[in-house]
Amino acid sequence: MQHPANTIATAAGWLSRRLGRGGGTTLPGALITKWRPQAVRSMRCKLTDGALVISATNGKTTTARLIVSCLRSDGRTLVTNPSGANLMSGVASALLAAPAHPLVPALGVFEVDEAALPAIADQLAPRVVLLMNLFRDQLDRYGELEHISERWLGMLQGLPPSTIVVLNADDPAVAHLGDAHPNIVWFGIDDTSRALTELPHAADARRCRRCGEPLIYDAVLVGHLGHWHCDACGWRRPTPSIAASAVTLHGLDTIDVDIATPGGPIAVRGLALPGLHNAYNATAAAAAALTLGVPVTRIGQALQSSQAAFGRSERLTITGRELVLLLIKNPAGANEIVRTLELDPEPLDLVLFLNDRTADGRDVSWIWDVDYEPLLPRIRTLTIAGDRAHDLALRFRYAGLDDSRMRVVPPTADALDTALAGTADGRPLYALPTYTAMLGLREVLVARGVAQEFWRDR
Amino acid sequence: MSTFRLAHLYPRELNIYADRGNIAVFDRRTSWRGLGVEVIEVGIGDPVPTDAHLYYLGGGQDRDQLAVADDLRGDKGTTLRGLVDDGACLLAVCGGYQLAGHGYTGVDGTRMDGISVLDADTVAGGPPRLIGDVVIEARLDGQTHTVVGFENHAGRTRLGVGSSPLGVVTSGHGNNGKDGFEGAVTKHAIGTYLHGPLLPKNPWLADLLIAWALEYATGSRPVLEPLDDHLEEAAHAAAIVRTRQPNR
Repeated sequence: MQHPANTIATAAGWLSRRLGRGGGTTLPGALITKWRPQAVRSMRCKLTDGALVISATNGKTTTARLIVSCLRSDGRTLVTNPSGANLMSGVASALLAAPAHPLVPALGVFEVDEAALPAIADQLAPRVVLLMNLFRDQLDRYGELEHISERWLGMLQGLPPSTIVVLNADDPAVAHLGDAHPNIVWFGIDDTSRALTELPHAADARRCRRCGEPLIYDAVLVGHLGHWHCDACGWRRPTPSIAASAVTLHGLDTIDVDIATPGGPIAVRGLALPGLHNAYNATAAAAAALTLGVPVTRIGQALQSSQAAFGRSERLTITGRELVLLLIKNPAGANEIVRTLELDPEPLDLVLFLNDRTADGRDVSWIWDVDYEPLLPRIRTLTIAGDRAHDLALRFRYAGLDDSRMRVVPPTADALDTALAGTADGRPLYALPTYTAMLGLREVLVARGVAQEFWRDR
Repeated sequence: MSTFRLAHLYPRELNIYADRGNIAVFDRRTSWRGLGVEVIEVGIGDPVPTDAHLYYLGGGQDRDQLAVADDLRGDKGTTLRGLVDDGACLLAVCGGYQLAGHGYTGVDGTRMDGISVLDADTVAGGPPRLIGDVVIEARLDGQTHTVVGFENHAGRTRLGVGSSPLGVVTSGHGNNGKDGFEGAVTKHAIGTYLHGPLLPKNPWLADLLIAWALEYATGSRPVLEPLDDHLEEAAHAAAIVRTRQPNR
C-alpha cells in the first residue's frame, strides 16, 4: 500500500509537468522528504537488487550514464535519478516513481552531490559506493573540499564491511579514504603518455594527507590526479586492480581505452566522449560495472555505444552547423575542456557563457584559475555571454587576446546567433556554458526545435 | 625610465581568490604603456627583496596561511614594515590582509601573528561567513571612487588609530559587517577583503597603485597615459547591478 503522502507528492510532479513548469524531476521528492525526512530509507526496499551511489566533483553525470549503459546491456532493471537531481529530493523522486513490488530485482543507480552523499548513503545503505575525485569547486563554496573529504571518511567508517567501495587511486584526496573501509577496489590510469610535466596553477591536494610534506608527482594526468608519492613518509598511489593501460585520444571526437581488470582486458573503441578526463570516467564505470557483476565481455561494447549526457560533449545540429556543448563548472573541469579543445587542429570558433547564479557559484573569481592561455593563439572568433560576460572578457583581455577577435554579447540567444554567424564554413561552434547558462541555452535550443528538454534526457 | 618591480609574495601558498588576476593587471597596465615591469616571485624560505616598489600578498587556505605566517615571523615582517615606512606599496587581499595586520585569533583561541604593517586585528566570527558582492566608496589621495568586488571571509577585522578604512560600505559586509568600513590603509599599504579579483574591475585603483609605486621608484609622481577601459568599466557596472538583484 502506497503511503498517502507519496501519492500526493507524485501527483504534484505530474501536475508540474502538465502546467509546463518544468520537469518536476525533484518536486515530488522535495515534498516527500519534507513531510517524511526518512522517506528514502522507507522506500529503499523497492531496490531489491541494492543500490550504487556515485559521487565526485567532476564526471559523476557522465559516469552514471556509462554505468547505466553497462547495466542495461546486461538486462538489469534500474532505478535512476536524472542529471541535476542529485540531492536527497532527487533520489526520493526516483524511488517514488519506482514500482513497489518489482517483478524482477531492481537496482538503484544514483549520482549524488558531494555534500549530500553522507546523508543519502545513510538512508540508502548502498551495495557499492564509487568515489572519483575531489577538486576545488566554485569559490563561494570554498573550504568544502577538506570538509567533504572528512565527511566522506566518516561515512565510509559507518558502512558495513560488505559494502564495496570503489576509489580512484590517482587522486590523493580520495585515496586517503582507503584507510576508512576494509573492502576497497582501486581504479586508475596507468598510461602516462599524455601526462603533463607539472601541476596546473589551481591544483589542490599538493601536500601529503598523512604527514603534510609536499607530494611528488611522477606523472600529472588531470588536475592533481596522477602518479604520486610522498618521499617523507612513503605513502604512495595504491596499485589499481582496474587500470587504463592505454588511452588514445582521437581529437574532439572519440577516445580508445584499454582497461586491464582481474577478469580480463576490456577494449573500448570509439567512445564518443573526448579527452583524458573521460578515460577516467570510462575506467570508473568499468570498475563499478564489474563489482556489480556485469561480464567483462559486455562492458566494452556497452561503453562505446553510450551517448553523451546532457551538455557534456553533447553534439547538436543548428542551421546546418554542428554545435558542441561543453559544460564548465569549475577550474579543474574547464582546464580539461581547454586541453581537449587543443586537440582540434583548426582555428576555433567559441562561445563562452558565464553566469553567477547560485548553482554556478556566485563568486566568478574561479575563471582566473582556469588556464585559458593555450587557446589564445588558436581562437578565430570568441563570443562572450552571460550575466557576468564582462568579467570573462576581462579574463581574456588580461590574458592578452586582441580585442578584434572578441565580441561581448550578454543575452543568450543573441550570443548564439552572433557566434553562429561568425563560425567558419564547415566548422563546429563550441559552446562552453556554466550550469545555469546551459539551462538557458537549452531553452533557446528547445524553442528552435534542435534539442529536447533536459528532463526528457535518459 | 625605471622598471616597475613587483614582489609577489608566496604565489604557491596564497592564490585561492584569483590573485594572479591582480598580478596580470599590474603587469599589463604597465607594459601597455611602454613601461618596464618585472614580477619577482618570493616563496617560503626566500629573502624578501628590498628593491621592489610594490609587494603583493594574496589569500590562502588555513593550512597554507599558517605556513606563511610562520615564514613572515621575525626579520621578514620587520623588513616589510621598514619598506612601507619608507614609501613602498603593499596590496594585501583576504588572508593577506589579515596577515598584514596584527594577526588572527581562531575560533579555538589559537593566535596567528601578522606583521603589523596595518593597524588592524582579526578575530574569527560567524557563522555566517560574510559572502557576496560588495560595493564601497573608497577615499584615497583626496579622491573618492566606487570600488567593487566579492568578499568571502569568516574573520571580523577591526581597525586601530594607525590605519584608516579603505572605504565605506554601500552594499555588502566589509571588515566585520557591523561598523560599515571596508579595508585598511596605512601610508601606501592597502589591505582589503575585496577580490573577484579586485583590480581588473577597478582600473582606477590599479593605476593609483602603479602611480604610487613609480613615485616611490623615481621620486616623482608620473602621469599615466589613459587606456581604453570600456570592458573594465562595463564589468564594474555589472558588479554594481548584481548587488541590486536577488540571488537566483
